[in-house]
Amino acid sequence: MLTRLLDQDRPSLSFVVDGGAVSAKQGDTLLTAMLAAGLGHMRSSEFGDGERAGFCWMGACQDCWVFVEGRGTLRACTTLVQPGMTVRRR
Amino acid sequence: MRVVVVGAGPAGVRAVEQLVRSGIEPVWIEEAPDGGGRIYQRPPAGFRRNHRAIYGADAKRARALHAALEALKPRADWRPDTLVWNIRPRERLLDTQTAGRRRATVEYDALILCTGAMDRILPIPGWTLPGVTTLGGAQIALKAQGVGIGARPVFIGTGPLLVLAALQYAKAGATPALVLDTTAFATKAMASAGLLWNLPTFVRGLRYTAALRLRGVPVVEDATPIAIEGEGRATALRWRDAGWREHVTPCDAVAMGWGLKPEAQLADLAGVPFRFDELGHNWIPEKDGAGRTPVPGVYLAGDGAGIGGAEVAELAGARAALALLEDHGLPSDMVLRAHLDGRLRTEARFRAALERAFPYPADLARRMDDATLLCRCEAITAGDLRSAARAGGSEVNRAKALSRIGMGRCQGRVCGPPAAEVLSEALGLPLEQVGRLRGQPPVKPIPLPGSA
Repeated sequence: MLTRLLDQDRPSLSFVVDGGAVSAKQGDTLLTAMLAAGLGHMRSSEFGDGERAGFCWMGACQDCWVFVEGRGTLRACTTLVQPGMTVRRR
Repeated sequence: MRVVVVGAGPAGVRAVEQLVRSGIEPVWIEEAPDGGGRIYQRPPAGFRRNHRAIYGADAKRARALHAALEALKPRADWRPDTLVWNIRPRERLLDTQTAGRRRATVEYDALILCTGAMDRILPIPGWTLPGVTTLGGAQIALKAQGVGIGARPVFIGTGPLLVLAALQYAKAGATPALVLDTTAFATKAMASAGLLWNLPTFVRGLRYTAALRLRGVPVVEDATPIAIEGEGRATALRWRDAGWREHVTPCDAVAMGWGLKPEAQLADLAGVPFRFDELGHNWIPEKDGAGRTPVPGVYLAGDGAGIGGAEVAELAGARAALALLEDHGLPSDMVLRAHLDGRLRTEARFRAALERAFPYPADLARRMDDATLLCRCEAITAGDLRSAARAGGSEVNRAKALSRIGMGRCQGRVCGPPAAEVLSEALGLPLEQVGRLRGQPPVKPIPLPGSA
């Protein structure tokens, strides 16, 4: 379970994942914000072998793709969360 | 002369520094929103920890690199958040995409590629579960986001990064439940004479292990990871010790990594030939000691050209820029050139010892169960690849066509090395004879803006 450890005294903001409001901190990536909020995963494997929550955290493995309203499919590990952002998992 | 530098990690920064000194204003392209690379990655705006808190023993180097980066940005055509997704070597053109949408082409007369590296992986059952990351990923989480991949993580793999990452977690308050090194202590000890070429780094490794044990973190060597267990997320690691006894260690996350592999796809597209490096157990693009490749105008530096680490990357970046200047008849600092050549030779001896001290556990990859998921992108098992081998997949690109291994979203970045081991074993051929996955444009998926 992703755990906030250091440097977490930052302003909060809110965004939307799969229709529900999620709280994040300014400077969080989508990957950090969604896992720290307890959402557990970023996507489901198209091949039916379970859910995925990223792997490399550096934009290489492409296993943390989410759909962001108005911006398209993005890597959650390299995308900073913005207030009001609307994210869909698939 | 139009000079382009790709990458703003330690190698890219030092390359640009030498170019700027000689009056060149290069186009400087970085895929991430900020420079620094992965080792010296900075948190986004709003984080307040200082360099000492984030980079520990590397704080001085990090501070110096970041200062150089900031000083150089206004003196170059700085293009962050920009992916080079293709190179057309005959036309000397780069295809780029900025902020995930704006496309451009960039002309070059000379090109320095500083594209970095990523973790080398050994797939084991359960490695795709949420909660499992690369070692580099676990470090980036802590450095750049202040989060831990878990509160009680397990670290598995080998190499200097293993104990370093584990100790960083322990100090941050997420005490590792276990550090599992697949290398035997004897293997490391045998290489220790060579490791003395870089005494501070060698001593640091020993100190980190001692510090972990002092904090009560079990550090086991010569051990084998069997499987990551859990329903929907990682909750335990099953492993075997050197005496063949099985253990189950409960945890809430797992970080894995067995050294690094070059991110050399752009060198491939630029037409640089590759060779198999026995020592590093990696395919690497060909270059001379200064970073010149057999392709005129194309230079390489840093981990993307063969693993050397951040310190070597800084030296190699400067050296490649000096080679470029020299080759184009421009003034370059000859004293610095001689100094860099000496340093790079010493560091190469240290790197050789390091590779011997922390080998990739090729035998574990070769003996991988048929049912183990080898390619996480397309859910292809080791058994699928072995079937492809029997069906005529006599080298990796042929096996790719038959099994789709390496054809997924990461394009073989993650599964490439273990897949080559599985294929080599299945075919009874030496590893270098099964070849390597060829780079294909786009080097990373370029999602269409607004596409669903």
